[in-house]
Amino acid sequence: MSLSAGEMRQKVLEIIAPWKGRRGGLIPILQALQGLMGYVAEPAVKIVSEELKIPMSEIYGVATFYAQFHLTPRGRHIIRVCRGTACHVRGSLKILEAVKEQTGCPENGTTEDLRFSLEPVACLGACGLAPVMLVDSQTFGRLTPEGVSGILAQFV
Amino acid sequence: MPIYRAHVLVCNGTGCSSNHAGAVTAKLKTELERQHLSNEVLVVPTGCHGMCEMGPVVVVYPEGTFYCQVKEDDVPKLVEEHLLKGRPVDALMYKGKETTAVPNYKDIPFYGKQNRIALQNCGYINPENIEEYIARDGYVGLAKALGEMSPQQVIDEVKKSGLRGRGGGGFPTGTKWSFCAASPGPKKYVICNADEGDPGAFMDRSILEGDPHAVLEGMAIGAYAMGADEGYIYCRAEYPLAIVRLHQAINKAEEYGLLGQNILNSGFNFTLHIKEGAGAFVCGEETALMASIEGQRGMPRPRPPFPAVSGLWAKPSNINNVETWANVPQILSKGGDWYASLGTEKSKGTKVFALTGKVKHTGLVEVPMGIKLREIIFDIGGGILNDREFKAVQIGGPSGGCLTKDQLDTPITYESLPPLGAIMGSGGLVVMDEDNCMVDIARFFLEFTQRESCGKCTPCREGTKQMLLLLEKICSGKGEMKDIDLLEELGNMVKNMSLCGLGQTAPNPVLTTLRYFRHEYEAHIKEHRCPAGACQALLSYTIVQTACKKCGLCAKNCPVQCIPGGRTEGYTIDAEKCIKCGTCFTKCPFNAISKG
Ligand SMILES: Cc1cc2nc3c(=O)[nH]c(=O)nc-3n(C[C@H](O)[C@H](O)[C@H](O)COP(=O)(O)O)c2cc1C
Ligand code: SF4
Ligand code: SF4
Ligand code: SF4
Ligand code: FES
Ligand code: FES
Repeated sequence: MSLSAGEMRQKVLEIIAPWKGRRGGLIPILQALQGLMGYVAEPAVKIVSEELKIPMSEIYGVATFYAQFHLTPRGRHIIRVCRGTACHVRGSLKILEAVKEQTGCPENGTTEDLRFSLEPVACLGACGLAPVMLVDSQTFGRLTPEGVSGILAQFV
Repeated sequence: MPIYRAHVLVCNGTGCSSNHAGAVTAKLKTELERQHLSNEVLVVPTGCHGMCEMGPVVVVYPEGTFYCQVKEDDVPKLVEEHLLKGRPVDALMYKGKETTAVPNYKDIPFYGKQNRIALQNCGYINPENIEEYIARDGYVGLAKALGEMSPQQVIDEVKKSGLRGRGGGGFPTGTKWSFCAASPGPKKYVICNADEGDPGAFMDRSILEGDPHAVLEGMAIGAYAMGADEGYIYCRAEYPLAIVRLHQAINKAEEYGLLGQNILNSGFNFTLHIKEGAGAFVCGEETALMASIEGQRGMPRPRPPFPAVSGLWAKPSNINNVETWANVPQILSKGGDWYASLGTEKSKGTKVFALTGKVKHTGLVEVPMGIKLREIIFDIGGGILNDREFKAVQIGGPSGGCLTKDQLDTPITYESLPPLGAIMGSGGLVVMDEDNCMVDIARFFLEFTQRESCGKCTPCREGTKQMLLLLEKICSGKGEMKDIDLLEELGNMVKNMSLCGLGQTAPNPVLTTLRYFRHEYEAHIKEHRCPAGACQALLSYTIVQTACKKCGLCAKNCPVQCIPGGRTEGYTIDAEKCIKCGTCFTKCPFNAISKG
């Protein structure tokens, strides 16, 4: 999503507004920023820091602690391959390898054409269908390495 | 309100949804419309039935006919035969061992030994409809507490039930509540721990998605008992459906006067907020969770002070797990004695387990405490997938341990597991067969805990890293015998010197596999061999020439073309170039390729 600097500032101020003078807002604010831009962009962090008088270092301290936050742009489609226990014992490593081979995407990285980002995750809560992966918000279960390419082809 | 002669329950839980339950639901509605049955038959989307592997699951009431693996194309037949003509469709029913159709829910072995309390509504009601919850005696417990009981009486009832924390620790819930109730101060919080980070567990998710009001009601009862007027549900962001359902449920409950100000005209106020977690396993630890709600890095802090004295924003707070809260309404409505009549002497009631791995029927099961592992794995789970040999079961997630076939007859209770090196934990049960390598499993868990260690204390941060390096060394065939001693030494050090539960339990999977499967470690070290054939670095594939029919299929499928040869001279694998992908092994129609 491309926003002009002015539009972005406006949106960020809207996100911050309900949290002025209240505690506990940093994580929801970061979640909203990421929802807005797909990642936690530095110019937005600067605005949050100035408006809420929270040092940049503290904001980055929180943002880097949680796996959910990304500091660089991400792909159009997010592939989350489950590496939880139930999936591991049913061969999820082979699924992960197949995804890497098909997309050329490194773990926790993004392809150059910004088509895919790949994140191994621990348990998607659908262990009954192990091995499982999530592409954007769609769950795919009972995967086989051979089946991966057909699934990925649906996401351009 | 129209009266319906039949209800068709379609599971819309995560598992079934990924198998196109949404399309089945839509098709049911259009088919009923087409057959002019929409006024007689109601389609109800429900939460998880626990048998996700056989999804999408459809149950028709009043008969209780259980259909599984229902496809969109099966719907016209189902509607015409069962709902129009009253003839249940055998072909879509669950097939037991004898391959005869099992018409009724209750007769399926998977459900036979279960006793559903925390899961009583999961799969039976539409979780987005508060009236269906109320129709199944929902909010009766809260009404009873507010109308007839003092806060102290509520706490006494929970104590009497013997309920213990289902989040892993097993601390007696009533006792915990009494600590928080005894703390002075006008402002207190109750918190629901819905972080469920244990990889291989999804019971909390199913409760939140399938029966959110049970959690809200439990929390309201707890808040009344402890004198809190505000609560938080800390839910993983990876559970988007659960978060949506919780928001809906809170809004509805407020509308009905069951949450908010002056609940049921009792003068009691209780407001509830939802906080989304941001993806850190350690945030499931209670002090880290509270730091995270406050917007800080989620790092544990030493206790005391305990949350009951100084918790969220330094106010007395009480935190319980989703399943713990979900049991509370029924303890109030049916009485503590009723709950205490289930289970064993010291472990009362039931526990929900997520049965996964190499069993025939994976899924969620709720069983009385004291049940044997064998009953869960073989009676409910139907035994091992593809009739392979049972090897081990990992109980308690990354904090737990691997048990062997010698322990299959141990009754599962809070007391029986620790002497064996395992814990009840949150209820993950991962079954493993002969193809799973126990050293690899230990390495897998340590990789997880090492990555999730928050790094605050040295024994956990550095100790787990060293242990992981040793395990990687063994898995790659470069281990030495002294590494085993070192692993044990480090494991005990990390266990005893870490600040929080993560470090204190991280070595458990390593220590139990060393205890029960030491021979597998030794095979890796002494013979450079992985007996299960799982550790890739130690694998090699060879064509058994006497069995090879020279069909060439393996050569055709090898992704790196490293099986030279031809139909006449035969084929051999070039071990130098082989990337050990295993394709040839699975493709060979004559089992002529050996792995070892
Ligand atoms: C590293 C770590 C992770 C934890 N994760 C969870 C969790 O995901 N869910 C949970 O309910 N309890 C978790 N716990 C246990 C909580 O700290 C706490 O004991 C529990 O929420 C108390 O609720 P209960 O008494 O109802 O079990 C975790 C503990 C540790 C040390
Ligand atoms: S034991 Fe590990 S996770 Fe817990 S506080 Fe120490 S470093 Fe952090
Ligand atoms: S294991 Fe894979 S790479 Fe090796 S020979 Fe077989 S197909 Fe080829
Ligand atoms: S697939 Fe099996 S039988 Fe056919 S050539 Fe290869 S090893 Fe021989
Ligand atoms: S372990 Fe993969 S979904 Fe739970
Ligand atoms: S999601 Fe349908 S049975 Fe579990």
